[in-house]
Amino acid sequence: MGLAGHSFRGERERRMALLEIQDLHARVDGHEILKGVNLTVNAGEVHSIMGPNGSGKSTLAAVLARRETFEVTGGRVLFNGKDLLEMDPEEAACEGVFLAFQYPVEIPGIGNAYFLRTAMNAIRKFRGEDELDAMDFLPLYKERMKLLEMDEKLMNRSVNEGFSGGEKKRNEILQMAMLEPKLAILDETDSGLDIDALRIVAQGVNTMRSPDRSFLVITHYQRLLDYIKPDFVHVLVDGKIAMSGGPELALELEEKGYGWTEAETGVRA
Amino acid sequence: MRSEKAITTATGKPNTYLEAYGELLASRREQDPVWLRQLREDAWQRFHAVGFPTTHDEDWRFTNLATLAKTPFRRLAKDGVAVVAEQIGKFRVAGAACQLVFINGHFDPRLSDLTNLPKGLEICSLLGAIDCGMIGAAPEGCAPEGIEQHLGRYADAERDVFVALNTALWEDGAYLRIRRGAVIEKPVHLLYVSAGDGAEIMTHPRTLIIAEPTSHVSVIEDYVSIGAEAAFSNAVTELVAGQDAVVSHFLVERENLAAFNVSTLRLEQARGTNVASHSVLLGGGLVRNNVHPVLAGDGAECLINGLFVGAGHQHLDNYMMVEHAQPQCGSRQFYNGILDDRAHGVFHGRIVVHKDAQKTDAKQTNRNLLLSDNARIDTKPQLEIYADDVKCTHGATIGQIEDEQLFYLRSRGIEDTSARELLLYAFAAECLDRMQSEAAREFMEGLIRERLTVLARNRKSAGLAGSQEEEARSWEEVG
Repeated sequence: MGLAGHSFRGERERRMALLEIQDLHARVDGHEILKGVNLTVNAGEVHSIMGPNGSGKSTLAAVLARRETFEVTGGRVLFNGKDLLEMDPEEAACEGVFLAFQYPVEIPGIGNAYFLRTAMNAIRKFRGEDELDAMDFLPLYKERMKLLEMDEKLMNRSVNEGFSGGEKKRNEILQMAMLEPKLAILDETDSGLDIDALRIVAQGVNTMRSPDRSFLVITHYQRLLDYIKPDFVHVLVDGKIAMSGGPELALELEEKGYGWTEAETGVRA
Repeated sequence: MRSEKAITTATGKPNTYLEAYGELLASRREQDPVWLRQLREDAWQRFHAVGFPTTHDEDWRFTNLATLAKTPFRRLAKDGVAVVAEQIGKFRVAGAACQLVFINGHFDPRLSDLTNLPKGLEICSLLGAIDCGMIGAAPEGCAPEGIEQHLGRYADAERDVFVALNTALWEDGAYLRIRRGAVIEKPVHLLYVSAGDGAEIMTHPRTLIIAEPTSHVSVIEDYVSIGAEAAFSNAVTELVAGQDAVVSHFLVERENLAAFNVSTLRLEQARGTNVASHSVLLGGGLVRNNVHPVLAGDGAECLINGLFVGAGHQHLDNYMMVEHAQPQCGSRQFYNGILDDRAHGVFHGRIVVHKDAQKTDAKQTNRNLLLSDNARIDTKPQLEIYADDVKCTHGATIGQIEDEQLFYLRSRGIEDTSARELLLYAFAAECLDRMQSEAAREFMEGLIRERLTVLARNRKSAGLAGSQEEEARSWEEVG
């Protein structure tokens, strides 16, 4: 960790690429948002994607999670060697893609625990594993809730209904911890969090780090990266990755602002 | 007879009703007491004079009865079609206190289960109860009294032509009396089976439930079909709740898609009563569900809870009329509708607050999910307030499955059909949460889940409906 891209590269190429994004173009409502994104994430790596508002960060996350409202107009994405763009959202999830939503949706009438067990069993079924009954599920669920310092009472409440902003974000990380994805995409998980909640969320993520799990941490601010140390930082500007580097790039951005990338690369931020 | 036929034909009413009335009068000439014969005759005259309503009638604006009116439904004599126990096994309610089974409108003691009746519950067929009043021998476990005092006194044949038709033509139904203070924990199941066996039959079940003061009881009235023939069920239930009684009534409509079902529940609530009406409409081709509580004593509370789920060409019409006649009463109406394909739902929520009913607290909510562009809901609140210190609120919403929620579930690995099913169920479950009787709730839950599974699969094959909230209206009034 903390190594610059160059010195790390030799080792990097020997590891397997988990996610390969090649020249990805996408649009929504007729507006082109992604204009040729290239990115390779190997197993075990943490990549941060930074960028100004409207640069396409959340669109990239949504496309990877297979949200149908975003239309892919060019390029390809391989996940674990398979064509991700051919998958439905549920297939992508079963293959190991997880999106922590920027704005987790409230679903009245569906209990948190029930929902999560249903999701876990859908994924286990896909993998050919036995389904978990409530007795297997609950101890695990409670343990992970404790890790995220969540009130057990939230367990039987409807999904995200009446949750505070911090509780919603923690609930996303809790789901990630239970579903154990290969690739976790955190879409501005830090937005709206106070420093305590940020620390708890980051701790949850760090506990999940492993050699065969990768993270794509999308954020507007450098602050989150104090807690979740990335291996690589990319700057997305106007639908393209304008700059890539190590963690020091995030600090430089914080100091100089996104305007600086414009001067450096000639791309308007 | 010939001239009578000519008259009814001229007014466009099928003469099968007249024939049925003639047959009934002939067969019951010896048994019916004078007051009952008079009740029938007055009701018949009313039906004969008025006939079926048209869509010009404000109360029937959204429901066209032309097909019902021109179909020559016939009554079927007792034992006209044989039904055996194996055929109705699947309709039973697990955990019921007892079960009364009616085949084509006639009580079938062989298929019924009245063993081990709980203390304080008297139950038998209404016809049995009337007959024993005449011959002096009550059916086992039943001591009917006060039938004359109650039957036909609440459901108004003058106001409602279907009540008139039922009052003239009823052949049987259930009679229940729950003794003062008795707590009947398990629900009573009344099963009405239409089994025309090739014929288009009509039935007019009539039920009288007398819950004496401080008694507790739950009753499930359940309509089913054997076979695919069209049948016309026109039921009237009068439920009288004595002071401080706690009563739950459940209506389940799960007949075949050719069925016509008009049911009227008239609740008469004394002081301090707590009555709930739960309606779950899943089947039937044309259904009209009338619920009419009259809060006739201080501090009475009623809950009017319902779920209607329609697909294909189903037409499900809910007509609520809540009458606040005395002060300090509360009423809550919650109806949720889910409509797919070309199904048409109606929610008509009328609240009448009489002059003396000060401190009334009445609330009405109707929420609807439309799953296809061709599904339709007409929702109509109607407040008539003659008192000056009351709180009445009403609101209605119309929406679709939210794309955001669907994507959230799918992004966690839950397959599209299952995700839709979960969302539909979550919408429907609000209605289940309001049911207090556990056995009844579990029974309803099973039926609803089964229905929604079919609907979710249907939607998957039909493709995605739009995701925008098509129209949402909500309004609140305090007056």
